[in-house]
Amino acid sequence: MLKVKLGGTLVNKAGGRTEFEVEGANIMQMLRNLGRTCPELEPMLQKGVSVAVDGQIYRDAMLQPLGPENEIILLPRMAGG
Amino acid sequence: MPLDANTPDLRTEFKSVGTRPNRPDGVDKVTGRARFGADFALPGQLTGLILRSPHAHAKIKSIDTSAAEALPGVKAVITYKDIPEQEGCDKDVLVNIMARGTALYDGHAVAAVAAVDASVARKALKLIKVDYKVLKHVTDVDEAMKPDAPVLHPGRFEPVDFSTLENAAHVSGKEERKTATRAHSNIAGRYVFGHGDPDKGFKQADIIVEHEFKTEATHQGYIEPHACTASVSSDGMAELWVCTQGPFMVRDVCASLLGMDVSRLRVTPSEIGGGFGGKTTVFIEPVALALSRKAGKPVKVVMSRSEVFRATGPTSSASMWVKIGAKKDGTFVAADAVLKYQGGAFPGSPVEMGAMCAFACYDLKNVRIVGYDVVTNRPKQAAYRAPGAPMSAFAVEGVIGEIADKLGIDAIDIRLKNAAKEGTVSSYGPTFGPVGLVETLEAAKAHKNYKVKLGKNQGRGVASGFWFNFAGNTCVSINLNVDGTLALALGTVDIGGSRASMCLMAAEELGISYEDVRAIIADTSSLGYNDISEGSRVTFSSGLATIKAVRDLKVKMCGRAAKIWGIPEDAVKWENGAAHPAGSNAGNFPPLSIKEIAAQASATGGPLAGHYEINAEGAGPSFATHVCDVEVDPDTGAMKVLRYLVVQDAGKAIHPSYVEGQFQGGAVQGIGWVLNEEYFYGKDGTLQNAGFLDYRIPVCSDVPMIDTVIVEVPNPGHPYGVRGVGETSIVPPLACVANAVSDAIGVRARTLPMSPPKVLAALEGVAASKA
Repeated sequence: MLKVKLGGTLVNKAGGRTEFEVEGANIMQMLRNLGRTCPELEPMLQKGVSVAVDGQIYRDAMLQPLGPENEIILLPRMAGG
Repeated sequence: MPLDANTPDLRTEFKSVGTRPNRPDGVDKVTGRARFGADFALPGQLTGLILRSPHAHAKIKSIDTSAAEALPGVKAVITYKDIPEQEGCDKDVLVNIMARGTALYDGHAVAAVAAVDASVARKALKLIKVDYKVLKHVTDVDEAMKPDAPVLHPGRFEPVDFSTLENAAHVSGKEERKTATRAHSNIAGRYVFGHGDPDKGFKQADIIVEHEFKTEATHQGYIEPHACTASVSSDGMAELWVCTQGPFMVRDVCASLLGMDVSRLRVTPSEIGGGFGGKTTVFIEPVALALSRKAGKPVKVVMSRSEVFRATGPTSSASMWVKIGAKKDGTFVAADAVLKYQGGAFPGSPVEMGAMCAFACYDLKNVRIVGYDVVTNRPKQAAYRAPGAPMSAFAVEGVIGEIADKLGIDAIDIRLKNAAKEGTVSSYGPTFGPVGLVETLEAAKAHKNYKVKLGKNQGRGVASGFWFNFAGNTCVSINLNVDGTLALALGTVDIGGSRASMCLMAAEELGISYEDVRAIIADTSSLGYNDISEGSRVTFSSGLATIKAVRDLKVKMCGRAAKIWGIPEDAVKWENGAAHPAGSNAGNFPPLSIKEIAAQASATGGPLAGHYEINAEGAGPSFATHVCDVEVDPDTGAMKVLRYLVVQDAGKAIHPSYVEGQFQGGAVQGIGWVLNEEYFYGKDGTLQNAGFLDYRIPVCSDVPMIDTVIVEVPNPGHPYGVRGVGETSIVPPLACVANAVSDAIGVRARTLPMSPPKVLAALEGVAASKA
């Protein structure tokens, strides 16, 4: 089971809930299961989010493996200049 | 294969990397041969011009183009009707490139013409009749958040209870408000970051400092205006030559807006005369394509400087409140902030990133940041170097400077005491890996600038800053030429010297001379998709892909050597630009150099090339510390920057001169932001200073030589340890200069820009209070 923390807008969309436990072997599976657990998050997840895994931010790497030992934090989709 | 076995995960010894060769594009740029966006020309091309709204907010009752269309020499006139909404396109971008029913800001595109020359096109614009009904407007972020503000997009955003909105007075309990729910507002989003319990933390504080801050919108100030040439043929195939930071983005967005197959549009990027984030979206490109499609001829559109200011994307203006509590020894115990950023007429201000960066430099147990994304009657904001971060750092670092002053603690020591380091849970959530803030602070303190004694009316400021750095989709090819030189094809536009850096990394990996590798920026039909050159990602991502493409090529070259020698491929290794037998058991063959392998390529199996595509991840964050000395003229309020030091973690500087250039450029843009630059709107909501005469960016005589120190704390996510460097350097200057002014004359600037009249007024206020 993965522990997933939410940041920013995602907390608003999840009704103030900041943490979820979901299954998933990689980012894609985690996001899919998170969307099923909390359908209110689905539009944001579809639009795109960043995922911080042990401090490293992933914007698109859906196949990045995940395990229960990882610190997983969902952040807004980021862009630079 | 011994090849990769000999390649360490993180390389630390280099021959080419870290040197400072001449830039490959240097001669073209200093002789004028380099081709920028406006330099492309096609036979029979037309001139495209865009009609723009003279009103900040107006209903477009009708547009009559008949007289313009009848003018001899006019080949096409378009309005929003010629760019119908396509399923799945970005509606905000669609509305921004051509108003649909309502003009949302001064300069919003309303119609466009293509004519045989600029003179005819200008006459045609004057013949287009637009019937406007002027609406109330709002350009200030605080005004836009009021319950009675004119609303830009009625019904689009969620209803708002205005009594719950955080601001300084509200959070501090100084203001009681009654419920005031409105169904319509300009508040596009509210975001919260942080951890711990700030309210509880503040109770442990010996000192609490809180203030409100405001910054104005500034423009990236790139010297080259937006320009493109579009050619759509009768069979629907299209080409576009354009100055942009992201040709693949331009291709995909334009195809989406215009209902084209992506494969029918080929985009070729020109050299770029500055971008800094401002060329990461589309403005004129879809309009030029639509004009060309209608006219059946190529169309060139080049923005005037006025159009650049009025109708492209500056950064947000911001209104902020920051509160920090500390113990007497300088330890921060709690931090709180409310950030309100307006992002122009559409949602998407960088307030979330401003919120995430605000306290990222510090190890805080109790921290909260609330951010508001607000729409106003201004042009849609675009990215500008570390989008959102300089403003929040201005407020946070200003408060920290005041705490240090009040506690009598050295400005660097208080930051060292609270600095984020490996293992720190960042204020925006993730735990940091290896980062270099402490190293930048220590290097700044050890620098000679920090020891210079200051004179009368002189002061010193310190500030630190953070940026995430990004990676992303990248695709690279490297082709071995018959003479052993190499052609490196990159898909990331060179906005900061990346061609030289890529050549250095390729040369390093191959063990050959830098001069033997030449890089080009390929068009969108020549390589797989590459993300935009943004987010300080290019040297990291394209560098990573270049290294991997070269390794792919090395494997193939070792294979050819194995065939020539008649030994197994895994008995060959690559060293110092040549294939060698891996050991005595492999056989006694003289090395085959890259030139010898290239000369025999045709006879040994055909062309040799390396390739790599990746959605790169692992970009390490970057921290910086700046130190600034200023002198203020108490009679005029004029300010002179005496010394300016940038210390920043680059992970590994591939081409140190370029890294230093990025540091210096960010610092100077930040100095302009703090001292002079601002979007100035009249009472009618129109921009009053749409030109470089009235919008003053720094020139060489305004700034001293910017001193730099490159700190190298390797990023474990890159084979050479690279971190992005392009954005962090603009984060600290706003606060750094403001803190220096405070040190010089005892006036804390909390509203930018700190132009001489404002400084003088503040000085007079201090004098009056003492009288």
